Amino acid sequence: MWNYSDKVMDHFLNPRNVGEVENADGVGEVGSMACGDALRLTFRLGEDGRIADAKFKTFGCGSAIASSSMLTEMIRGKTLEEASRVTNEDIANELDGLPREKMHCSVMGREALEAAMLDYYKRQGKEVPCHLLAGTSLLCHCFQVTKETVRDAIERHGLETIEEVTHFTKAGGGCESCHHEITDLLRECQERRASGVAPAVPAGAPLIELAPLAATVATGPAHAPADAAIVARITELLATEIAPALRADGGDIEFVRYADLRVHVRLTGSCAACRSSSVTISGLVEPRLREFVDPRLVVVEVGRR
Amino acid sequence: MSADGRQPGLLEGLPPRPAAGIYFDNNATTPVAPEVVAKMVPLLTEHYGNPSSMHSFGARAGDEVAVARQKVATFLGAAQPSEIVFTSGGSEGDNLGIVGTLYALPEKRHLVTTEVEHPAVLGLCRELQKRHGYDVTFLKVDGAGRLDPGDVEAALRPDTALVSVMMANNETGVLFDIEAIGKIARAHGVVFHVDGVQAAGKLPLDLEHLPVDLFAISGHKLHAAKGVGALYVRKGTKLRPLIVGGHQERGRRAGTENVASIAGLGVACDLATAGLERENVEVRRLRDRLEQGLLAAIPDCQANGDPAYRLPNTTNISFRYIEGEGILLLLDRAGVAASSGSACTSGSLEPSHVLRAMGLPFTLTHGSIRFSLSRYNTEAEVDYVTGVLPRIIERLRLITPFNEQRATF
Repeated sequence: MWNYSDKVMDHFLNPRNVGEVENADGVGEVGSMACGDALRLTFRLGEDGRIADAKFKTFGCGSAIASSSMLTEMIRGKTLEEASRVTNEDIANELDGLPREKMHCSVMGREALEAAMLDYYKRQGKEVPCHLLAGTSLLCHCFQVTKETVRDAIERHGLETIEEVTHFTKAGGGCESCHHEITDLLRECQERRASGVAPAVPAGAPLIELAPLAATVATGPAHAPADAAIVARITELLATEIAPALRADGGDIEFVRYADLRVHVRLTGSCAACRSSSVTISGLVEPRLREFVDPRLVVVEVGRR
Repeated sequence: MSADGRQPGLLEGLPPRPAAGIYFDNNATTPVAPEVVAKMVPLLTEHYGNPSSMHSFGARAGDEVAVARQKVATFLGAAQPSEIVFTSGGSEGDNLGIVGTLYALPEKRHLVTTEVEHPAVLGLCRELQKRHGYDVTFLKVDGAGRLDPGDVEAALRPDTALVSVMMANNETGVLFDIEAIGKIARAHGVVFHVDGVQAAGKLPLDLEHLPVDLFAISGHKLHAAKGVGALYVRKGTKLRPLIVGGHQERGRRAGTENVASIAGLGVACDLATAGLERENVEVRRLRDRLEQGLLAAIPDCQANGDPAYRLPNTTNISFRYIEGEGILLLLDRAGVAASSGSACTSGSLEPSHVLRAMGLPFTLTHGSIRFSLSRYNTEAEVDYVTGVLPRIIERLRLITPFNEQRATF
């Protein structure tokens, strides 16, 4: 049973602003049936340029409904510029917190907001503020790959498996939670090809250029001579237990330096691009090191290259 | 929206919540029968001896374990009580049956199981594959959750050590043809392990006359305590222990016996035998009444799994366009306990592997609810649920962006 706050339960049991705004100025749809949650956000601007009405329709669990309800309450009365500063953490904080496993519900709220505002700027023919461009119709959050990119790759190269999609676009190579969506896209594209709606795969189509993954150049361990013993235990644990677990997901970890009970590490591979890297540190790396080396250890993730 | 422009709450206007909760989640765990509690308490407070001790405290405890072993053997239809090994529950029974067999047959490197097993078996088989180099064949099921025994035969190889399948599926209640599969395994000289956790207490069992070598049951699924179970090991089956360091259970499972829980399991087995007809007549009637009532009252839903060949107490129903956790939260507020195959209730973001293996689309897996009844449920409870759930579903469907015209973005 999830430990939902009273506020989450209140917004779930008594959701505010359910429905669709008529003659909406912006519409944002994120998620999908396959993902297990989806949100359609509509808003209308008043003459004063502030959001006069915002409504939602959500498919998802209690916290997804509560996050959507809270989002509409938070953005009403705000200008678009003010609303664009509402983060997923803000939504979660207003709900007095969400269980860690449910933080993606607040992320969905933020993404729907971005999508709806982007829709607004497109409809108006206005230039889209650049901070809105990043998060639209994202399919793979770990690698920031959009649905369009994946669909394009499938169609242009006749991709047939998730593995191929990952190879071509990186999508699905991290936490794997988008594999359902990729499967759906693969099926959809196959059906379109079979029915002749989509063109056959062109011969010699150019490959999509991949951004290089973070470099994994090893740096020499930096620590005081007196700490050699503890550093040896840390590096051994990283090598034998933690790195293999991360490699299973295409990631890796390297030791950077140690001083005063602070262990500096760098996440590489797919972990380096993953939005959930802080979860990797606090949920896996730190507890293991604390259990087997020293309960006072603090693990710090250093900047990615 | 109501006349004053305010949206009604999701629970508004529902009938008053019943004073005592309605428990329709008996495949997760069951209430301990009062007769079982009465048996257990004196064994914790007065007769607390260790069966291995050389005094009358120990002798009394040893007698209780022996009586329980006989009861469990009778319940399962085992040829003799020595075929019963007491365990900590279903997961241990499955692990002991499977790994104990592999230990005993080190030259054999292949296993056959199905995609719809309980995690106790599925997770173990994946582990054996990943970390111990075993080859595992995971058999598929059809859209109704059925397994073709011919697929088992086709998967067997000269180095196959063991076939492991469940007798009844915990999520859908669908039954596998244990007799047909067992005959195939036996004809090929392959050990046959059955996860019988959900079947025990709901179906008649006669293991002596079934081609089954190993059969795991769990106490808390049949009104005994949590933390106790049993593994049936047919006489002559080679099995190495997982827990070593003591002579208990004839060297097959070390550790001082969980005397009170074991004695309680014995009583629960007696009660289960006595209640079998009720389970298959009255509980089945209640389950059918619930299922038919819900299917008739709610549009866009379907029952999952082979309706003809399944447990008498289980129904698994998918409600399109909405997600299971919301349904469960509202049911809970309305005093009703059930479970869901939705991703959100598991914390894993993955919906039910059983429904996915059956090829159900996401709109049916995320909105699936399992109701599992027991002999303690009543018709009044069923009628309350068929009254309250349609309104819960209706309200959640007012919130969802999906419907018949638009099944996904």
